[in-house]
Amino acid sequence: MSATAYAWQVGECVLAIALAPLFAGWVGQCRAWLQNRSAPPLWQPYRVLRKLFHKDVALATHASWLFRATPYVVFATMVMAAAIVPSVTTDLPLARVADAIALVGVFATGRVFMSLAAMDVGTAFGSMGARREMMIGFLTEPALLMVLFSAFMAFGSTALPSVVEVVLRQPHIMLHPSLFFAAVAFVMVLLAENARLPVDNPTTHLELTMIHESMILEYSGRHLALIEWAAWLKLFNYACIGFTLFMPWGIALHGAGPGLLALAIGALIAKLVAAGAVLAVLESITAKLRLFRAPEFLTMAFLLAVLGLLVHLLLEV
Amino acid sequence: MNGIASTTALTALLGLIAAWLVLGALGLARPNSIRWVARTLFPVGALIALGVAGAGAVALTENFAAQTAVLPLGLPSLPFHVRLDALSGFFLLLLGSAGAGISIFAAGYFRAGEGTAPGMMGLQYHLFLASMALVILADDAYMFMVAWETMALSSYFLVVTQHRLPEIRRAGFLYLLMAHVGALGILLCFGVLQGGSWLMTFDAMRGATLAPVWASAAFVLALFGFGAKAGLVPLHVWLPEAHPAAPSPVSAMMSGLMLKVAVYGMLRVSWDLLHAGPWWWGLLTLGVGLGTAMYGAIFAAVQTDMKRLLAYSSIENIGLIFAGVGLALLCRSFDMRLLAALALAAALIHSFNHALFKSLLFLATGSVLHATGERSLGKLGGLIRYMPWVAALALIGSLAIAGLPPLNGFVSEWLLLQAFLQTPHIPHAFLNMIVPLGAAIVSLTAALAGYVMVKFYGVIFLGQPRERALEHAHPAGWLERAGLGWLALGCVLVGVFPQVALDVAGRITGQLVGATVQRGPSPWWMTPLASNQASYSGLWLWAGLVLVVAATFVLVRRFYHGRVHRAPSWDCGYRWQTPRMQDSAEGFGQPIRHLFGPVFRMQRELPLPSDPQPQYRVQIEEHFWHALYLPLSRIVLRSAERVTILQGGRLATYLLYSFLTLILLLVWVL
Repeated sequence: MSATAYAWQVGECVLAIALAPLFAGWVGQCRAWLQNRSAPPLWQPYRVLRKLFHKDVALATHASWLFRATPYVVFATMVMAAAIVPSVTTDLPLARVADAIALVGVFATGRVFMSLAAMDVGTAFGSMGARREMMIGFLTEPALLMVLFSAFMAFGSTALPSVVEVVLRQPHIMLHPSLFFAAVAFVMVLLAENARLPVDNPTTHLELTMIHESMILEYSGRHLALIEWAAWLKLFNYACIGFTLFMPWGIALHGAGPGLLALAIGALIAKLVAAGAVLAVLESITAKLRLFRAPEFLTMAFLLAVLGLLVHLLLEV
Repeated sequence: MNGIASTTALTALLGLIAAWLVLGALGLARPNSIRWVARTLFPVGALIALGVAGAGAVALTENFAAQTAVLPLGLPSLPFHVRLDALSGFFLLLLGSAGAGISIFAAGYFRAGEGTAPGMMGLQYHLFLASMALVILADDAYMFMVAWETMALSSYFLVVTQHRLPEIRRAGFLYLLMAHVGALGILLCFGVLQGGSWLMTFDAMRGATLAPVWASAAFVLALFGFGAKAGLVPLHVWLPEAHPAAPSPVSAMMSGLMLKVAVYGMLRVSWDLLHAGPWWWGLLTLGVGLGTAMYGAIFAAVQTDMKRLLAYSSIENIGLIFAGVGLALLCRSFDMRLLAALALAAALIHSFNHALFKSLLFLATGSVLHATGERSLGKLGGLIRYMPWVAALALIGSLAIAGLPPLNGFVSEWLLLQAFLQTPHIPHAFLNMIVPLGAAIVSLTAALAGYVMVKFYGVIFLGQPRERALEHAHPAGWLERAGLGWLALGCVLVGVFPQVALDVAGRITGQLVGATVQRGPSPWWMTPLASNQASYSGLWLWAGLVLVVAATFVLVRRFYHGRVHRAPSWDCGYRWQTPRMQDSAEGFGQPIRHLFGPVFRMQRELPLPSDPQPQYRVQIEEHFWHALYLPLSRIVLRSAERVTILQGGRLATYLLYSFLTLILLLVWVL
């Protein structure tokens, strides 16, 4: 590993931390346009962060140390995930710390801490949110694992840098029909994991339908800022995992020069712009599902991923 | 040199086991003194356990040659044989390291006036430990069964410590019954394994050649016998009854250690004594294991008693371990040795992990029980403020059992999933499609375990106290904390240095499978398959998380501020919030009840809207009781009644029976 690799490792983390709110702002803007509303500016999320960081924390009297530590832990899990996912270059010292399966575990750590913190203050909404979040969590994990299985069958690795290298060296791999099934399933998992429509509505004000939002009702000030930021980072990370698995073009390989790296950043931004627009369209054309219809949605994702696996075994081997 | 080292290891082990027995006997000197039995003898027992762990670790060093000895005990022509090899060394390491934590905790835990006299309990406790170690060391079927029965009986007496309560006697009876049904299976299994030679040593069994039918019969009997002890569905029914009945350190020993002894027995028979069998052995074990894992996780999610919840969670983890064993057997039958080694390593590491975190959680429930007098989740809450140490250590255990990185539970689940990833390469047209779906069940189970642990931890330690009395809960003593801390340390260490665990498991897979999974070329992360495939580094993940948390904390303080003011909880502006509005244990399990409805046998009493004093009650039972066990027990009772006709109570009739039997035998012989 060279010094530039370490520099890029830090650079990529900073890039992810900086771009994640922008990506969330872009999705929000697209949604507003599609719904014929006047859109908030692109940098609205940064303003939100600034406002929240300046405010005092109003901490519930019952809150324990776990409640105060959770925003930092959740933020740290998402930053670590951003450091591991090769969004710009595969030449990252930390990329081998966790493969795709371990990455699922890293996200699960964040989720469990979030749910525990939601139960800490002891309000009715908090524990309701925790229960729902964990339910969505155990429904998405099998589907996500089957997606990774299909990807593993096609690429021969669950290490994300290796996946990128395999695809960029043999582009025809992407023509495997099994990957199409896996990609659709992955998008469905992404929607559910990131509290987007149709499973959860990130902009809702109706407490009884909330999942993610009801868990963070008691948070304020810098704690809330970190949690919001972590949620945006999670969406960003999921998008980047999707890019590495299903459209890795543009990602700089091991030993690429600065020109290619600049190109890789450009490609990442272009992909994010496209993905944000698609996400906004998906969210605008679907209605929120009742909570107990969400399992059907995720079972569908699971079955699609299994279908991808079977297609691979029957047709592609 | 090695020969000497291993002889000393075996001799030392036997000495340590004898010391446990002496310790138990010493307790009888002053049977009613807590100070003597608990505070003095139990810490010594913990030191002995550490010694056992160390001696077990010696057997796991490189180039260790298996060492055997014949003891001058047993029947005249049937002496006891003992043997120390990598497999037994690993399980002794497990027994010793988790047992040390439990003994230290128990030293602070036992109080006077709780059922059996402390001295008696100390005897049973150390007899239990010693018999488990002897099962692991046994090298002939005779000694194995003697130690196995001692283990079952000593643990039975520990379960019924509070024998004055009828439900505890009932739970103990069920446990004893299932233990003996299982022991019968094991006995028959050994009977088949000797293969007509009538030699009961394991050496003879290894050399015996069995017809395929008899090998399969032995395998199925072993799966039945050891499965009954380990708690495989549908033989699991005793677990959720016996674990809550026993005192917490005993529950921890049974769940953390004794179930692992059953896993050891299964491994010994299926990998060491039996040779490679047909693929359906593996598929059967895998199927039963995965079913058990799912079943345990689903039932754990709806429990309202904290120890019952943990008992079902043990069933789940045993299921995962057997799934790993089954996958390894399946791969062995196709001669995929490396993959078999990977699956077996996952099962072994999970056994070790489960011994650590399940003991930790059972002990934590013991502290909670002593501090509050409550076992029902619906009456706990908010204990993180009153018992900060127990809460922090239980958090580590809960996160570890939920399979979250960078703790130890994740390592074994990750290895198991990696093994499943390779199963599409099985050279069998249907298995290569069916078996990979097992990975989905493993991940569903792991995620459900997360659900269960959020419920367990959240309802007990977080939120507001659901009862007024909880505000007087007192923190645990330092001995209890030390025991919990030791186990939590183990959870963290295995999670941070998974490579070491993989190396250790490699010694056993080298012995049993003839292949070892390499940790990979890098010292920092393990790559069990190939250097460009899957990789995981607990240490870097841990370091990264700590670094980012610290950096974020410092930066936020540096650029903004750290101001906090306390206020009542907001709860969307609702002012009349009470602790009873938090999710109860039933409430938290409601989504699971809804999603997996047909799995449960559920009775609900819903109040009417007009009811002035509404009462909500839900009772969840298992279908197995009503569909399998109760009909079975009715059949047994009915046939017993039929047989009572023979039992007239008159001596003359009985003499007539003997006479007739003799005549019949004579006729048959002539």
